[in-house]
Amino acid sequence: MKTDSRFKTLIKSTNDVNFTLFGEIVTVPKGTTLAAAILSNFGEASRITETGALRTAFCMMGVCFDCLVEVDGNPNIQSCMVLVHDQMVVKRQIGLRSIGISKDD
Amino acid sequence: MLNNQSEIAIIGGGVVGLSVAIGLLQSGHKVIVCDGEDSDARASFGNFGLVWGQGKGWNFAPYAKLTVDAIAAWEDFSKNLNDLSGLDVSLDQNGGFEFFTDPDKLNNFISMLEIQKGHAGNRFNYEALSGDELRNQIPGIGSKVVGATFSQLDGHINPLRFLRALRRAVKVLGGQIKSNASVKKITSNKDGGFSLILANGSVTSSEKVILCAGLGAIKLADQLAFKTNIRPERGELLITEKLGDQLPFISSTIRQVDEGGIQIGGTHADVGMDDNETLDIMVDLARHAVEIYPALSNVRVLRAWGALRVMSPDGYPVYAQSEEYPGAYLITCHSGVTLASLHASILSDWIENNVRAPNLEAFNENRF
Repeated sequence: MKTDSRFKTLIKSTNDVNFTLFGEIVTVPKGTTLAAAILSNFGEASRITETGALRTAFCMMGVCFDCLVEVDGNPNIQSCMVLVHDQMVVKRQIGLRSIGISKDD
Repeated sequence: MLNNQSEIAIIGGGVVGLSVAIGLLQSGHKVIVCDGEDSDARASFGNFGLVWGQGKGWNFAPYAKLTVDAIAAWEDFSKNLNDLSGLDVSLDQNGGFEFFTDPDKLNNFISMLEIQKGHAGNRFNYEALSGDELRNQIPGIGSKVVGATFSQLDGHINPLRFLRALRRAVKVLGGQIKSNASVKKITSNKDGGFSLILANGSVTSSEKVILCAGLGAIKLADQLAFKTNIRPERGELLITEKLGDQLPFISSTIRQVDEGGIQIGGTHADVGMDDNETLDIMVDLARHAVEIYPALSNVRVLRAWGALRVMSPDGYPVYAQSEEYPGAYLITCHSGVTLASLHASILSDWIENNVRAPNLEAFNENRF
């Protein structure tokens, strides 16, 4: 069973942005941090650590690193430190990120 | 005041002091380790974890030999440590690189290794690789790398877990580690032995005293009539976020900790006891890492710090007995991790002065 969000968005906005959160299209007021958007739309873990522990946004101020997600293909983004933008694609951060491919040659 | 009595007192609870303690405890001695304060310059908390040979002792044959002995003894040492502490320090001795972006520096280093090889006989060897050979062997090495040297003896451990394992092993062997035990004054007693007066006023007495206090020895060495001038040398380090895949090499400036983060370092600065990190060096370190392995360009740096190396005047270890105060020893070195395997074994023979004692005369203070 899917866990519903425990948070409610109080501000009604006429200026919304749409983005893809864990495979679903979500609408939030412009200026919302990604962590707030996650908490208000999703009640489950947004991250699974390397050891299998479930995590989601916690400190909301860039300190705890529990809110890491993948944003537009970039891993380990602190969702509390970025604002949602239109067409953003957010995936869960599962385990450790990889080094990636060399851009040099 | 409580007077603590022990056979051997070791001043310094870092990698060197604890390693020496393990060897002495395993030879049956009663040992107390006086560990200083958190505010001390603790090289053991800031190091790079290399078990490394390349370049070591190229212009001082005894050090070249000591280093190959130490590297060879590490496998047994890490097993011993694991048995004692229950901690695996993740020893990896699958070989390491020194990368170069300047052909002159590469050629200079090759000449040094050639001399080092002469000192250590067939026990040390290396390969020199051109940039293209290297890129064939390790895809992803940057185009600015003109070449590298490789020694199959080189490797690393997890340095913080190592420190924890040493502390645990000392306790398991019955050694006493006294924390916040900053030694302010050492006096030799009329009837033999030493008294160590701590900052809190308490006194620890012992038959022998071994000074392994790293930069802390600067203030204590002359109290035991040692004449080595120890000096700090700052190195700065970066560590990245943890990565799920393995970096395909170790070098003396770029290595991946077994937990996933990549440590970048290898700078040298003469700035006294200042262990702050600096922005321009951080930038240089990051640029260096990306030049060697461009895929690191989008990896985040999480922390940066400075740490102070413990340097003797010529950079080589000092193993000295005080002529004026028999029973007092000075042990100081820069490569406390690499040499730990020997510090935890043959140094107890040297302190006992028994028939198995290694000849460490080349490392006494007469050379200064």
